[in-house]
Amino acid sequence: MTAETIHIEFQVEGGNFSRAGYPSSEVKKRLKQLNVDGSVIKRTVVALYEAEVNIVAHAYRGLISVDIDEHKILIRLTDEGPGIPDIKKAMEIGYSTATPEVREMGFGAGMGLSNMNSNADRLEITSKVGQGTTVEIVNFFHK
Amino acid sequence: MNVSQLAGLLGLRVFGGETGLGNEINGGYTSDLLSDVMGHANAGCVWVTLQTHKNVLAIASLKELAAVVIVKGYQPEPDMLEQSSIEGIPVLGTSEEAFEITGKIYQLLNG
Repeated sequence: MTAETIHIEFQVEGGNFSRAGYPSSEVKKRLKQLNVDGSVIKRTVVALYEAEVNIVAHAYRGLISVDIDEHKILIRLTDEGPGIPDIKKAMEIGYSTATPEVREMGFGAGMGLSNMNSNADRLEITSKVGQGTTVEIVNFFHK
Repeated sequence: MNVSQLAGLLGLRVFGGETGLGNEINGGYTSDLLSDVMGHANAGCVWVTLQTHKNVLAIASLKELAAVVIVKGYQPEPDMLEQSSIEGIPVLGTSEEAFEITGKIYQLLNG
């Protein structure tokens, strides 16, 4: 097998909303070039965008690492930040710890994690309070 | 109906993103919560909102929306306008409130 694999990385700066969406937009372009099914692309960019915005809104900095092979896209987002004390609670629609400034922009409505959940084939969140959070998203190209 | 026709019929101001005025509109979504739009708006929608910052365009682009309509006479921030031109997604404006303009857009698309 000589199937091509792609690896891309993006740095994310906490608090800097002006660049939010760039990784999703780049990933979207790459998946389109690879002729991945449109519905998979749509789901992937929603999940990635929400995960990225969570780093911007809550963490100090983070790294997004994307691996694409012929079957799937694996996205791992690792941040240095406050961590999530209760992941189950955080997954509830409407639950948010976002600041008033972030909410005023229309973010932080407690829908992000639920969007990630419904747009990822596999979603895994691990977190250490006071250290940071790792989110892993996998979407398969053919079901 | 395309964005240019909608703007003409409803007297919407075109702030930017003129290259996208030919975008076809197949529906609408009215919300000020970005994750709500991210999760539920469909491609080709016109998005009615009072949000005026750049992230609106990031979402409009990722979701392949036709245009954004800013309500209540609010002005887009400069970097939102810049992004509108880059993405080719028109940012339109109205002095009306979200309820009124949404109703009019709905009637035009479904009348």
